[in-house]
Amino acid sequence: MSSSDMSQTNLDHQTEVKSSTKPIVKVEQVGQTFKTRQGNFVALRDIALDIYPGEVVTLIGHSGCGKSTLLNLIAGLTLPTSGVLLCDNREIAGPGPERAVVFQNHSLLPWMTCFGNVMLAVERVFGRKERKSKLDARVHAALDMVHMAHAAEKYPHEISGGMKQRVGIARAFAMEPRILLMDEPFGALDALTRASLQDELNSVLAKTGATAVMVTHDVDEAVLLSDRIVMMTNGPAATIGEIVTVDLPRPRDRVELANDSRFAEYRATVFEFLYRKQLKKVA
Amino acid sequence: MSAVIVFKNAGVGMAPAPETLAESPLSAQAEVSTEVSTEVTTVVSAVAEDAAVKESQTSTDAKSTASQPQGSGKRWWTNIGRRVYVMLGNLVPPLLGLCIMVGLWAFVALNNDSIPGPIATWEAATKLFADPFYSNGPNDQGIGWNVLSSLQRVGVGFGFAALVGIPMGFILGRFTFVNRMFEPVISLLRPVSPLAWLPIGLLVFKRADPAATWTIFICSIWPMILNTAQGVQRVPQDYLNVARVLGLSEDKIITRILFPAVLPYMLTGIRLSIGTAWLVIVAAEMLTGGVGIGFWVWDEWNNLKVEHILIAIFVIGIVGFLLEQFLLLLARRFSYESR
Ligand SMILES: Nc1ncnc2c1ncn2[C@@H]1O[C@H](COP(=O)(O)OP(=O)(O)O)[C@@H](O)[C@H]1O
Ligand SMILES: [Mg+2]
Repeated sequence: MSSSDMSQTNLDHQTEVKSSTKPIVKVEQVGQTFKTRQGNFVALRDIALDIYPGEVVTLIGHSGCGKSTLLNLIAGLTLPTSGVLLCDNREIAGPGPERAVVFQNHSLLPWMTCFGNVMLAVERVFGRKERKSKLDARVHAALDMVHMAHAAEKYPHEISGGMKQRVGIARAFAMEPRILLMDEPFGALDALTRASLQDELNSVLAKTGATAVMVTHDVDEAVLLSDRIVMMTNGPAATIGEIVTVDLPRPRDRVELANDSRFAEYRATVFEFLYRKQLKKVA
Repeated sequence: MSAVIVFKNAGVGMAPAPETLAESPLSAQAEVSTEVSTEVTTVVSAVAEDAAVKESQTSTDAKSTASQPQGSGKRWWTNIGRRVYVMLGNLVPPLLGLCIMVGLWAFVALNNDSIPGPIATWEAATKLFADPFYSNGPNDQGIGWNVLSSLQRVGVGFGFAALVGIPMGFILGRFTFVNRMFEPVISLLRPVSPLAWLPIGLLVFKRADPAATWTIFICSIWPMILNTAQGVQRVPQDYLNVARVLGLSEDKIITRILFPAVLPYMLTGIRLSIGTAWLVIVAAEMLTGGVGIGFWVWDEWNNLKVEHILIAIFVIGIVGFLLEQFLLLLARRFSYESR
């Protein structure tokens, strides 16, 4: 689906997608309990969520409510203690190359260049089928997409935090995943860098039509990027509180949106949820 | 350092008001004569550069870079001057320390007839080092040969220790069960002086030379195992998560993630091993005889050539120091954090 027909009939599009296509990821009555020294800790309960192809879903909630826990479940890094998660109708039993992850702290391997880091992922997914020159081309294309082609031979410690995060995103996209999972990908960046990376992510998502689930605690980021915002209640035993569908035309321009009343409304809805309904009791 | 942080915040947070960034380098440059203000200049322009690299699209940063590249020639000179000054400052204390040591030695030698002074030792050393590689049969060889055969024993014993210890360390680090199984054994054997193992070596190998190598093996193996195991245990979970989400095969995990992550720890283990090995070899050779610096010391003691013993002490010290420096250099080359 191109971004242009999304912008024309965005409302129809959303409902149409839901009725006609099958979800990529189904989360069915999932609960997660951690065994700790103080006994069992119920982090998540009764999570039910369907994610459709081409959708950008953000998970928002107060710190410690279980956003990362849910994302890790979808990634397959942890397994649920109750319920089941499906990806393409198959149970998620572990990580898989169709679900790429962008970590908050970029997690580039410091002993490899940016090229090497992306190549590690490319090799794993395409190494058996394709020749070396094709793999190289894939790596360069991925770095180019996030405007990091110039830093291919640099080591992670030689580039800035924002650039590292770009390379992390390139690594994830280079795997051509069915779904992109991101855990507060821009959380550690300063405001300006974050804004430019958000715009870049928006355009890359539009270009590739990728499905994405992103954890954030930034309300503007959530409204700017998402098709749906999943708002989670406070832990322990957190679950999905409300889901907002964001019917803003794409491509979205942050400057235009700043004066858009609908943008303000969505923002207000999320703020209302976070700071009225789920106000975190600070000890 | 606090100045850096203050300016950095001003640069990034107050970006809508470009005057803050654009003005400060100029005003600081006006009084370039004092140390402090040159420091500020570098800091501010570094921040400006930094911001420009990060966000070259925004026009505010473009303005701030425009005001930066003036008077950089002058800064270049002061930098060289400062560096020479720092180098001299670094050199003076160690030289002074060495002078005091030689002075004390000369003082002791003056008051004690049996100990030769620095000058006598120096003369003996020039004679000795005129021909370090002569060989008159197995019991009379140049000091060069003695040092080399000691180094060879250390190398061989250490090599075997690495061959056994590094894989052991990986296994211990990766499997908690094996780790806990070996923990009491290692705790029991590690404090034992390697020389206590010498008779066992003589018994098993029937010859002095492999027995000395055997003691080196024993003393080298513990740091190798323990440091490697620690390195494996400390591989950041982030890197292992990357391996998991990428679905890397076990051999890729070992070669691309575990090995590079553990390498700095392994190199620390190697450095400690070789350090102790060099300590132990002298003692072992005194007991086993043959060719080697330890044996040579003992031989010179029997010949009552005390100045040669003093020379040997220096040689042993210098070789040990060079080994350590070489391994530190190696570690620095391969440690990804400091690169
Ligand atoms: N492995 C674990 N063991 C025990 N408790 C955990 C574990 N992982 C997360 N938790 C707890 O679960 C809750 C949710 O954590 P997390 O998903 O990281 O929150 P966030 O929404 O900030 O990402 C927190 O209270 C955290 O302490
Ligand atoms: Mg989190």
